[in-house]
Amino acid sequence: MINLYQKYFAIVLTALFVFTPVAVFASSDNSHHPMAQSWPHKETFGTYDKPSLQRGFQVYREVCAGCHSMNLLSYRNLAEIGFTADEIKAIAAEDNVMDGPNDEGEMFERPARPSDRFKAPFENEAQARFGNNGAYPPDLSLLVKARHGGEDYIFALLTGYDTPPAGETVRDGMYWNKYFKGNQIGMAPPLSSGLITYSNGKSASLEQSARDITQFLAWASEPNMEERKKMGLKVLLFLLVFSVIAYTAKRRIWAKIH
Amino acid sequence: MTASKKPKSDFKNPVVKWVDERLPIFTMMEKEYGAYPTPKNFNYLWNFGAIAMVMLMLMIATGIFLAMNYTPHIDMAFNSVERMTRDVNYGWLLRYLHMNGASFFFIAVYIHIYRGLYYGSYKKPRELLWIFGVLIFLLMMATAFMGYALPWSQMSGWGVNVITNLFSAIPFVGDSIVTWLWGGPAVGNPTLNRFYALHYLLPFVIFAVIFLHVWALHISGSGNPTGIEPKTEKDTVPFHPYYTIKDTFGLGVFMFIFMAVVFYAPLALTHSDHFKQFDSMVTPEHIVPEWYFLPFYAILKSFTSDITIPLTGYMFDNALVFTAKLQGVIAMFGSILILFVLPWLDTSPVRSARYRPLYRISVYLLLLSMIVLGYAGSQPAEGLMLTLSRLGTGYYFMHFIVIVPFLSKHEKTLPVPKSINDSVIQAKGSK
Ligand code: HEC
Ligand code: HEM
Repeated sequence: MINLYQKYFAIVLTALFVFTPVAVFASSDNSHHPMAQSWPHKETFGTYDKPSLQRGFQVYREVCAGCHSMNLLSYRNLAEIGFTADEIKAIAAEDNVMDGPNDEGEMFERPARPSDRFKAPFENEAQARFGNNGAYPPDLSLLVKARHGGEDYIFALLTGYDTPPAGETVRDGMYWNKYFKGNQIGMAPPLSSGLITYSNGKSASLEQSARDITQFLAWASEPNMEERKKMGLKVLLFLLVFSVIAYTAKRRIWAKIH
Repeated sequence: MTASKKPKSDFKNPVVKWVDERLPIFTMMEKEYGAYPTPKNFNYLWNFGAIAMVMLMLMIATGIFLAMNYTPHIDMAFNSVERMTRDVNYGWLLRYLHMNGASFFFIAVYIHIYRGLYYGSYKKPRELLWIFGVLIFLLMMATAFMGYALPWSQMSGWGVNVITNLFSAIPFVGDSIVTWLWGGPAVGNPTLNRFYALHYLLPFVIFAVIFLHVWALHISGSGNPTGIEPKTEKDTVPFHPYYTIKDTFGLGVFMFIFMAVVFYAPLALTHSDHFKQFDSMVTPEHIVPEWYFLPFYAILKSFTSDITIPLTGYMFDNALVFTAKLQGVIAMFGSILILFVLPWLDTSPVRSARYRPLYRISVYLLLLSMIVLGYAGSQPAEGLMLTLSRLGTGYYFMHFIVIVPFLSKHEKTLPVPKSINDSVIQAKGSK
C-alpha cells in the first residue's frame, strides 16, 4: 500500500521536475536582467540601513524631487528614518505649500509643516509631461513595489545608462538605458559620480548614491517592514508553542484509540 | 404538551440550562460538535474543512475593518488602501492578512476539494453536500475576483476588463450584458461601486451556504479514507475531544505557514502591477490573474481558433462563427460546472481511490494537469505554453467525461476492508 503511494508521488514529482525547467527555459528572453544585489533589509530578519536612508533622502531632495513627487509621504514620516523633530521642521519649512482659503477667501502660500505631504514638483500630470518632453516622471512613493525586480531594477536603471550599441539610434530627448523596457528612456541620467556631497564632506560615487536612493525608496514603499518583522517573530513563536502543545494533547487523547 | 415532552436540559450551569430550555442551542452544539460520531480513521486531509471555515471568519473580520478605511471611488480607492497601510494603526497588518488570507483560503479549499475527489466523497448519499461545496467554491471565486478589483490598481482594472469582456462572447446579447455589468460604456466608477457592494455581501452568502453544507454533512455523516460507512461503535469516536484537538493542531500548523508568509513574504503572491493605480490608457505588458485562478485562465486561453460553420444557401447567406473566445469561455465555466454533475458521472460502487488502482492514477494525473495549467496560465499563451495548456485542458475534461465514467463500469477494484476498525488494525499490523 505505502509502496504504491510512493510510486505515484514519485511519478508526479518527476514529471514536475522535468517539465518546470523546460518551461522556464522556453520562456526566457534575451533582454538585460538586473543583477541581483544584496540589500540588508531584504534578509529575512534584516532591517533598514538608516544612515543610507538618510543619505538617500538627501539624493531625493537634491536631485529627484525636481521631477518626481512622493505623494504618500509626509515630512513627519522622516522621523522613522532617524531625523529629529527639529530637523524635520527645518526640512519642511524649506518648501512652500498652498493653503487656504483664509478668512478673506484667498488661497495663500506658507512654509510646509511636518504634517504636510511632500511637496510635489508639478501641479498635475500635464505640467509634468510638458516639462519633460512628454514623458511622465512617476510618483516614487511606491515604485520599488511597482516594478518587477524591485530594488535591483531601480539600482540597475539608475546605473544602466550607456551609449547605444552600433546600429541603434536614440530618439530626440531620449537616453539609452540597458534596463529600461525598450531601452529609450525620457529621463536624463539623474546621477553621476561627484554630483552629490554627503554631510561628511565626501562626494558620492554613482554606485553609492544609486544604492542610497534605492534604499530610501524601498523604505518609502514599505515603511512598516521593521515593525512587521518584529511582530512576525512573536506571532510565529506563539504559533509554534501552540502547535506543540496541541500536538502533545492530541497524542495523549488519541493514545487510548490507537 | 405532556410533562415528559417538556424540554429539559442536563446542563449544570444554571445560565446555560435556562437558555437551553428555551432555545436548545447548547444541546444542538453538544450533539453536532460534541457527541457527533466521527470515523476514527481520518487523516490530516480531513482538517481542511475546519481550516477553511476559520479562514472565512478571518476574511470577514479583516474585511470589515478594511471597509472602514476604504473609499470606493476610482480616483481615491488606490490611495485609500495605500494610505491605510501607512497611516492607520496596523492597517498594513489588516491588508496583508486579507490579501494573503484570500490565497490561503483557496489553498485550504483546493486541498479540501481534492480530498473529496480522491476519496470519492461526492458519492451517494453526499451528492447535495458536494453540490453545496461547489457552490461555495464558485461564490468564493466571485468574491475574490471582485475584492481584487477594489484597490483599483492596474491589475485590478485590467483584470476586470478582461474578465467582464468574456461575456461579450455570448452571441447576440453579449455586448449588452457587458454594458450592464459595467454600469456604463466602460469599466468605471459604477463598476467599482457594484463590485464593492457585492464583495461585502457575498461572504455572508458563503456563510449561509456553508451552514447548509455542514447541515447536510451532519445528516449523511462524515466520509473517511476507506470510503466505507461506519458500522459499529468501534468505527467511530465522538467529535470532541478527538477531532477538536486534531483540528486545533492542524490549524496551528496551517496558521504558522500562513503567518510566515504574511509577516516575511507578504508580496510573494502578488504582482508589481498591483501597486500602480489603474490607468485605462496604459495596458500592462502581461495581464495575469491571482495564482488561484491561473488553471482556469489557462483553459480559457487554450482555445485560439474560430470554428466557422458555413450556412451559405441556407437560411442566412452567411456563416455561423463559433469564436475561439466563446469556446474558451464555455470551457472555463464548464470546467467548474462539470463538478456539479460528478456524482452522476462516477457510478463506481467503491468510493476511495485507495481501492481503485486506475482511478488513482487518473486522479493524480488530474492534479498534475492542474499544476501544469496553473504554470502555463501565468505565461503568455504561445509556443510550448499553449501546447501545455491544451494538453492540460484536454486531460482535465477527459478525466471527467471519459475516464471516470469508463472506470466506473470497467475498473477492477481491490477488496475493501470489512470495517473501518479492521482497516485501522490492518494498517497498524503492516507498520
Ligand atoms: C529631469 C527630470 C528628472 C529627474 C531629476 C529624475 N527623473 Fe526619474 N524620470 C523622469 C522622467 C521624465 C521619467 C519617465 C521616463 C519615461 O517614461 O520614459 C522618469 C522615470 C523614472 C523611473 C521609472 C522608470 C520605469 O521603469 O518606468 C524611475 C525609477 C526614476 N525615474 C527614478 C529617478 C530617481 C531615483 C531620480 C533621482 C536620483 C530621478 N528619477 C530623477 C525625470 C526625472
Ligand atoms: C470570502 C471571503 C473574502 C475573500 C476571498 C476576499 C478577497 C479579497 C481580495 C483578493 C482582495 C484584494 C486584496 C488586495 O489586493 O489588497 C480584497 C479586498 C478587500 N476586501 Fe475582501 N475578501 C473576502 C471578504 C471580505 C469581507 C467580508 C469584506 C467586508 C466586510 C471585505 C472587504 C474588502 C475591502 C474593503 C477590500 C479592499 C482593501 C484591500 O484591497 O486591501 N472582504 N478582498
